[in-house]
Amino acid sequence: MNETPTGTDAMIVATGLRKTYDDFTAVDGIDFTVTRGESFGLLGPNGAGKSTTMRMIACTSQRTGGTLEILGRDTDHHGPWIRAHLGVVPQQDNLDRELTVTENLYIYGRYFGLGKKFINAKVEELLEFAQLTEKRDAKVDSLSGGMKRRLTIARALINEPEILMLDEPTTGLDPQARHILWDRLFRLKEMGVTLIITTHYMDEAEQLCDRLVVMDKGKFMAEGTPAGLIQQHCSREVIEVRFGSERNAEVADQIRDLAVRLEILPDRILMYTDDGERDLARMVERGLHPITSLVRRSSLEDVFLRLTGRSLVD
Amino acid sequence: MTMMRASRNQSAAADIADGVNSLPGASIYSRRATAMVERFWLAIRSSQWLMVASGFMEPLFYLGAFGYGLGSFIGNVQADSTHTVSYAAFLAPALLANSAMNGAIYESTWNVFFKMHFAKLYQGIMATSMGPLDVALGEIMACLLRGLIYAIAFMAVMLPLGLIPCWWGGLLAIPAAMFIAFGFASCGLAITSYLKSFQQMDWVQFALLPMLLFSGSFYSLDVYPTPIRILLEALPLHQGVALIRGLTLGQLDYALLGHLAYFTVMAVGGVIFATKRIEAMFLR
Ligand SMILES: Nc1ncnc2c1ncn2[C@@H]1O[C@H](COP(=O)(O)OP(=O)(O)OP(=O)(O)O)[C@@H](O)[C@H]1O
Ligand SMILES: [Mg+2]
Repeated sequence: MNETPTGTDAMIVATGLRKTYDDFTAVDGIDFTVTRGESFGLLGPNGAGKSTTMRMIACTSQRTGGTLEILGRDTDHHGPWIRAHLGVVPQQDNLDRELTVTENLYIYGRYFGLGKKFINAKVEELLEFAQLTEKRDAKVDSLSGGMKRRLTIARALINEPEILMLDEPTTGLDPQARHILWDRLFRLKEMGVTLIITTHYMDEAEQLCDRLVVMDKGKFMAEGTPAGLIQQHCSREVIEVRFGSERNAEVADQIRDLAVRLEILPDRILMYTDDGERDLARMVERGLHPITSLVRRSSLEDVFLRLTGRSLVD
Repeated sequence: MTMMRASRNQSAAADIADGVNSLPGASIYSRRATAMVERFWLAIRSSQWLMVASGFMEPLFYLGAFGYGLGSFIGNVQADSTHTVSYAAFLAPALLANSAMNGAIYESTWNVFFKMHFAKLYQGIMATSMGPLDVALGEIMACLLRGLIYAIAFMAVMLPLGLIPCWWGGLLAIPAAMFIAFGFASCGLAITSYLKSFQQMDWVQFALLPMLLFSGSFYSLDVYPTPIRILLEALPLHQGVALIRGLTLGQLDYALLGHLAYFTVMAVGGVIFATKRIEAMFLR
């Protein structure tokens, strides 16, 4: 899973990165490199260690082992300097509830040492970016969940970061806001901003990320481009058939040879194949008539579930 | 919309960080504690004037009730070996020391506790290029700002009432009150970082009451046998009372330096501890 840093354009280099809380290992020796302008996604079930990894990159959590360099500097010794180059959107909003929308943006700029004139101009831009111009004088508590999220994202941009860290940025946003945000993030990416994203939405990962890792129990399970991961870990297409919950297991034995891989779920059977229509026809030829059937392309979600299992671990 | 600079030019924030990074202690201190004061100012501007007002009223109530009320039964008292003053004039400087302490403790315990555990304020701040020492110093300076408002307002009442025998000593008492507040605020901040619940916060409040009663604010500690007197004199509020009372009497001597040294130790020790604790809480 190691990748060689491409010259000076390696923004983040981690080797054997570990984090333990007392005797619990949250991140268990991961290696990765993120290059300038790349958008890098972390996928994984709850508790996989995504946020912990994000916090170590953001220099707000000290690693227990391994190395971690950002823009060529060690996170243990250059926290404030590194953070000046980062924008951080944490999983849970931590806006300043005693201040208004505008004041939140303003004071955040002050924490970076920016001048008032610079900030005031920037604030107008960001209010527009987050579509919060009408709410500019509202107290944070009076915003809806989605508005708070947008404000948190706008706040992370006040210092014009080179690396933007987004921990589940669109959780709680409506579909409109999600698509607008994707569009904005895409534009940032075009301007050369490096994005690190965690998400539970596979479509989001596919839309936004050049490269993904799937993480589970503190380790990387797989790494690649969205398309590459599907190719590597899944067949091209999936047939979903339902025979009724009692018959599924019985039918499975009769069609096992048709699929590259078969997965029997309580309510349906998933057949991973390279040509769905063809294999569905073959199944019908054998006199097997499912109650419902669906042929679809395999998706990142199939890869994710295959790698991390279907059951809830914790 | 014109977001972001052209891709490779360094941002203003990065330029600033480059400038700071070569200075000593850059990994914990970005020389930006004043940003916390600015935040405090924004926060109280919109919601907390009432609290500031109440903090200022408290010493005035004490002065009215004890200084003038009770004081009319007491008459004049011996403030030190050379000065005899009205009871109100004896009490007034002690109230200033007391309000410096109360303001600092209130801000650095209740308010900081809330910000640490509920408002998640420091998590947000620590994600910027602020360091833990910026946050610690900044919070203390915010406490001082509150204390300064109290002290100036209180002195503005005490001087015209003729309660300050030595006017320049009265003026010096304002920075001295800041010294006291600094000591209490930095220790308060350090202590608060260890507290886990509001019940534990009550203990802090509970410890302040005997400290007030036995601080020498209301009467001279000479009434006690020597061992007890020495013990009580070592308490921080007594040190503050003695400092301010000495100044308002125009009594410049080495004892004042001793009191100042006492608060310097409190302040420095508190800042070091608080910085380490903030680092441990938000950067581990
Ligand atoms: N401060 C902490 N103290 C102790 N354990 C922690 C702490 N923070 C995280 N953990 C543990 O580390 C593991 C990884 O947590 P983390 O928040 O990184 O997961 P995640 O991948 O972000 O999950 P989610 O998708 O739910 O956000 C979890 O088991 C969590 O309980
Ligand atoms: Mg998380």
